[in-house]
Amino acid sequence: MAENYKVLAYELRKQTVAIIMSGKGGHIGGDMSVMDILMTLYFRQMNLSPENQDSPDRDYLIMSKGHCVEALYAVLAEKGFFPLEQVKEEYLRFGSPFIGHPNNKLPGIEMNSGSLGHGLPVGIGIALANRMDHRKNRVYVVMGDGELAEGSVWEGAMAAGMYQLDELCAVIDRNGLQISGSTEEVMAHEDLKRRFESFGWHVEEVWQGNDSDALNQAFDRAKQVKGKPTVVIAHTVKGFGSSIMENQVAWHHHVPEEEEYRQIIHDLEERKQAVLTNSQVREEAAGHE
Amino acid sequence: MNKIPNRAAICEVLMEQAANDRDIVVLCSDSRGSASLAPFAERYPEQFVEVGIAEQNLVGIAAGLAKGGKKVFAASPACFLSTRSYEQVKVDVAYSATNVTLIGISGGVSYGALGMSHHSAQDIAAISAIPNIRVYLPSDRHQTRCLIESLLKDSLPAYIRVGRNPVEDIYEEGSVPFVLNQATVLAEGKDAAILACGEMVAPALGASRLLAKEGISAAVLDMYSIKPIDKEAVLRAAGTCGLLVTVEEHSPYGGLGAAVSQIVAERGTARVIQLSLPDAPVITGNSQEVFDYYGLNKAGIAAKIRENVKR
Repeated sequence: MAENYKVLAYELRKQTVAIIMSGKGGHIGGDMSVMDILMTLYFRQMNLSPENQDSPDRDYLIMSKGHCVEALYAVLAEKGFFPLEQVKEEYLRFGSPFIGHPNNKLPGIEMNSGSLGHGLPVGIGIALANRMDHRKNRVYVVMGDGELAEGSVWEGAMAAGMYQLDELCAVIDRNGLQISGSTEEVMAHEDLKRRFESFGWHVEEVWQGNDSDALNQAFDRAKQVKGKPTVVIAHTVKGFGSSIMENQVAWHHHVPEEEEYRQIIHDLEERKQAVLTNSQVREEAAGHE
Repeated sequence: MNKIPNRAAICEVLMEQAANDRDIVVLCSDSRGSASLAPFAERYPEQFVEVGIAEQNLVGIAAGLAKGGKKVFAASPACFLSTRSYEQVKVDVAYSATNVTLIGISGGVSYGALGMSHHSAQDIAAISAIPNIRVYLPSDRHQTRCLIESLLKDSLPAYIRVGRNPVEDIYEEGSVPFVLNQATVLAEGKDAAILACGEMVAPALGASRLLAKEGISAAVLDMYSIKPIDKEAVLRAAGTCGLLVTVEEHSPYGGLGAAVSQIVAERGTARVIQLSLPDAPVITGNSQEVFDYYGLNKAGIAAKIRENVKR
């Protein structure tokens, strides 16, 4: 089961890179780091599908780090909100709805984002509306770590704590890098756990932020927390999946050259095969017992 | 003289409607008192959200509530609401098309003695430049009521500016001529037309009456809807009068005068003279003192027309 999700995450990364290649633009480093968060939420946690996307009982996700929209497109296409082929044909093309940030003209996307620091207050508003209507749906807000320098994030953190929004779950893609360097050099926030705790949040620190099982368990635990919002701090690797990109600042929004593209696809495929082989070995071992 | 400010009329309507509509939600940023919304907060605590002194958060949360199905009214001083949270207005409200009505209270020079930090002389320009949000400056409490009742019937974003002090009644209770997004003609005239919004409608009407005694016939249009602006009404006035005088409690840039000038410039049928606050830090004092200083009163408006009208 878990292996299926690992395989899926590599497949979705390949599709994400293909989307970037099709439009010659995007934020590949963050796409690769956030993929397991998005895939786990959309495929293992959220009550959301093309069929119930207008239901007031659906779970909500706000992609506050909107620049990583290519990863979101790949996930939403896989969920059936629109065909992947359409994304690749239209992404970044003149007049297309598949622009470089989320927009709610597209199915599956709740809010327009792109300007950082907006998602958390919006998520708070949705959670408050749900509470007023006695609904228990979850609201997820996915933020980057560089984004946390925006003051509006902390205005929101304050309000979510005060209003004890336990159906609100913020997720931080803590990949440690932003466009001009490491987050700690640009604007440090290494004591992130303590910061959120002091604002009245429950904190789930996931040290393997690119491991879907670890994330899934954290999201499960978050659902049990009452009287506090939860933040999942997912320690991820920027550019995860290919050694040429991993932890490289330059890959924040670098568009791969053809040769680099082949290398990335090769690496992703190799890691996917390794997952499959491991799982096969385990199954065989189990069979011999 | 009327003692009820326009902001209180907003609260009245929202309280009446909230009794039957659980989806009406009001937000304040430590501004429930200055917004006259404390009675709403008291009677409908479940439909009221306090966000503290945090205007960005105010607007973001408002948009989220609307996304969750609510009809949202967010009130905060116009000076902060229109610029401190400008990006949230642009992205979360206008661009995302959420059902949020922003209420800029104590607008213009309502906080006249408090200095430029508290003046909102550029809110019309700022908000009007964003696509997909409407901008209204109602003139009196009765029109304010009609406006809020009307906005509750649709789900499009809007910004409303009201002043802090009670203003003279322009209309009679219960018989307000009001069509959403259309200017209201308060007086017909053939020599000049005064186009005013918000608190400037009363002195515009006063000026028209003054001039009538001198044999100058000045029309008066209540341009409470700045965006969308009633183009037809402007062009009709331009066609009839040849001299338009715009009056507003706003900077000369990007407000009513600019909008009227844009329309008239296309046809070239009339002169447009703009009366407004200056492009400078506004002198401090109470509203009336400030208006008097800049000639934004009936005598000042009448004098400007006398100087320019072709007899």
